[in-house]
Amino acid sequence: MSATVLFLAVIAIVVAWWLSQQRLTAKPWLEEGPVAHLPGQAEPALPAAKVGLVVFLAVVGILFALFTSAYLMRMHMGDWRPLPDPRVLWLNTGVLVVSSYALHRARAAAAGGDIGAVKTGLLAGGASALLFLAGQLWAWQQLAAGGYFLASNPANAFFYLITGVHGLHLAGGLVALGRTTAKAWRGGRAEEVLLSVELCATYWHFLLGVWLVLFALLLAT
Amino acid sequence: MVDGTLGAVGAVPPAEVEDMELYHPKSWVTRYVFCQDAKVISIQYSLTALSIGLVALVLSWLMRLQLGFPSVFSFIDANAYYQFITMHGMIMVIYLLTAILLGGFGNYLIPLMVGARDMVFPYVNMLSYWVYLLAVLVLVASFFVPGGATGAGWTLYPPQAILSGTPGRDWGIILMLASLIIFIVGFTMGGLNYVVTVLQARTRGMTLMRMPLTVWGIFTASVMALLAFPALFVGAVMMLFDRVLGTSFFMPALVEMGQQLQYGGGSPILFQHLFWFFGHPEVYIVALPAFGIVSDLISTHARRNIFGYRMMVWAIVAIGALSFVVWAHHMYVSGMNPYFGFFFATTTLIIAIPTAIKVYNWVLTLWLGDIHLTVPMLFALGFIVTFISGGLTGLFLGNAVVDVPLSDTMFVVAHFHMVMGVAPILVIFGAIYHWYPKVTGRMLNEALGQLHFWITFLGAYAIFFPMHYLGLVGVPRRYHELGEAAFNTPSVGTLNAFITIVALIVGAAQLVFLFNLAWSLVRGKEAGGNPWKATTLEWQTPETPPAHGNWGKELPVVYRWAYDYSVPGAEEDFVPQNQPVVARAGAREGAPA
Repeated sequence: MSATVLFLAVIAIVVAWWLSQQRLTAKPWLEEGPVAHLPGQAEPALPAAKVGLVVFLAVVGILFALFTSAYLMRMHMGDWRPLPDPRVLWLNTGVLVVSSYALHRARAAAAGGDIGAVKTGLLAGGASALLFLAGQLWAWQQLAAGGYFLASNPANAFFYLITGVHGLHLAGGLVALGRTTAKAWRGGRAEEVLLSVELCATYWHFLLGVWLVLFALLLAT
Repeated sequence: MVDGTLGAVGAVPPAEVEDMELYHPKSWVTRYVFCQDAKVISIQYSLTALSIGLVALVLSWLMRLQLGFPSVFSFIDANAYYQFITMHGMIMVIYLLTAILLGGFGNYLIPLMVGARDMVFPYVNMLSYWVYLLAVLVLVASFFVPGGATGAGWTLYPPQAILSGTPGRDWGIILMLASLIIFIVGFTMGGLNYVVTVLQARTRGMTLMRMPLTVWGIFTASVMALLAFPALFVGAVMMLFDRVLGTSFFMPALVEMGQQLQYGGGSPILFQHLFWFFGHPEVYIVALPAFGIVSDLISTHARRNIFGYRMMVWAIVAIGALSFVVWAHHMYVSGMNPYFGFFFATTTLIIAIPTAIKVYNWVLTLWLGDIHLTVPMLFALGFIVTFISGGLTGLFLGNAVVDVPLSDTMFVVAHFHMVMGVAPILVIFGAIYHWYPKVTGRMLNEALGQLHFWITFLGAYAIFFPMHYLGLVGVPRRYHELGEAAFNTPSVGTLNAFITIVALIVGAAQLVFLFNLAWSLVRGKEAGGNPWKATTLEWQTPETPPAHGNWGKELPVVYRWAYDYSVPGAEEDFVPQNQPVVARAGAREGAPA
């Protein structure tokens, strides 16, 4: 469970830092009045959706940390037979980087008010994400063709499970991305879609980061 | 220390919320069924949870009938008994306690107590309930599939959970795992709402350190649940793979009925780690909201500010953090490295410190208080007593050395039923008696409430205290029949029959409560806006029950903490949180440090 505990420690540090900003040593029974000048009393600096996404990413993060922990514990059992890493995974990784970069550009364009570039970025990001998913399916295909079935070895099972869960998260993101793209297409102005584009971009970068860690794990073992 | 006192009242700008921001129900269906109002969602959650809880109550009756009068009821064979045990445990812990404390009380109280109009993501909040309902329906469906519900025990340990000797091996376990996965998805939707609403939607003046402890408890528990439930999710998905697709995540090489199974090499211990990484925080996911609620009940009904508010907050946070590093104390007998056992025993016993701080502070809040023995207060007091006796036996079990002989005996059953079953349920009852007037505008009947309390409280002790003795003489838990054994003395048999009879009575007494809920809805005394003279914001709404959007045109402004009871010199013995500065005689004294 070391990977999980490590991830939890990171969350704990963030939470501790946040709590340290919250005047937890205040003596509320002595403080009467509207306290409009105290920290945390201005309008929230971030929109609720952004905070919601960050919390959600923490949940997704611990989910993958737990899968990683299970992977690391299970691989020390005697029956573990590492499977070959399909070459196409390298290509897929590149495609996912492109996807993330396209959304990064879309976010910059939305901030700059250029709706045309936003549309291009969203389309490029969505298309490359779909390509990534197709590539992952192709990798499964190759493994299955090589006789590496789900149930034949725990290493295979973990491979299919972890890549599958990651792919499902990306597919869920594609729904949100599709709605954002539709909004941009229906004539939304750049500042109207800015928040949605930002959320999508953040989610994409996070899933890219998760994939890089998972890919490194698969390559290293 | 920032001195935030006595700012100019007029300096606070009015915060009007445009109509745009609110969701408006357009029809009967969107008002009462697919509703995005957190208060309606709360009622939906609570009623669903109580209904499925009744099923679990009946299951416990059936188990007790078998234990008290072995072989009298022929339909309770060993398989049925294990199914009852499993479903009773799972329903009570997850589908009742977690759902009602977070989904039920969280939805109702968080927006009202922090002065928000609604949860921050109302649509996701609505989805959360419907996904939860789906999880419950899948769970109930497992009673009716071929082979019946799973009988693997609520911990669902592999390999036995998916081997053919276990009842419900065909479909029951699949539906159980699917239901858990659905539940976790639904909970995550709700949990995001609870956490982000507290972070983002507090009204002006509501600093974190002015929040009622109820909100602190539910908030911290939601954060914990968001981080702990994924472990159960991972465990459930992997076991589903093992069962349906034939993988060997958890399944070792096995010979079953003389046949070598296709499984091999898996690690049942891995599942135990995942399960208890969820399972122990789960105890506090249930306990922390209960701690918070009980703090507010005690303070309100003893007309006294909560003793050591800061310590209470810190203790909640500390318990939340510590509970993630104790999980392996459920696995002392799994053959782990003794040094691990030492580590986890230490962390387990350290948790007793913040917990004890909370208990002392409750008692000190009562000290010299103007205690009103209302029904909510009775339940709160009952909780303290029960939690102490249940917590003390936890110190026995937390020691690895003492745990080994007691593991898997009725002592364990007694311990966790006191601390995790009876104690939170008493709080839930108390909270319902306390907030029912706000939800419906009418009081629950006092006499029926007293009757309900005394039967439940005394009955719970009559049921669970003797079980400690049964455990000490060696009666194992989860046994369908004790048979010929050294520990199966006549006194054990008599005691078991006694426990069963009391359990039947206590269970039936809950009908009084249900009747009271229904009867008071129509016939209850009109409650008015603030029948308990409480300070927190939910009692200050312009309408009772609160209208959609909770507040009038303007959100309330908070001027003080939630516990200004019996302030010297103030006109009344309580000062609502949204009341501007009051004239009073002299400086405030006697506030706890």
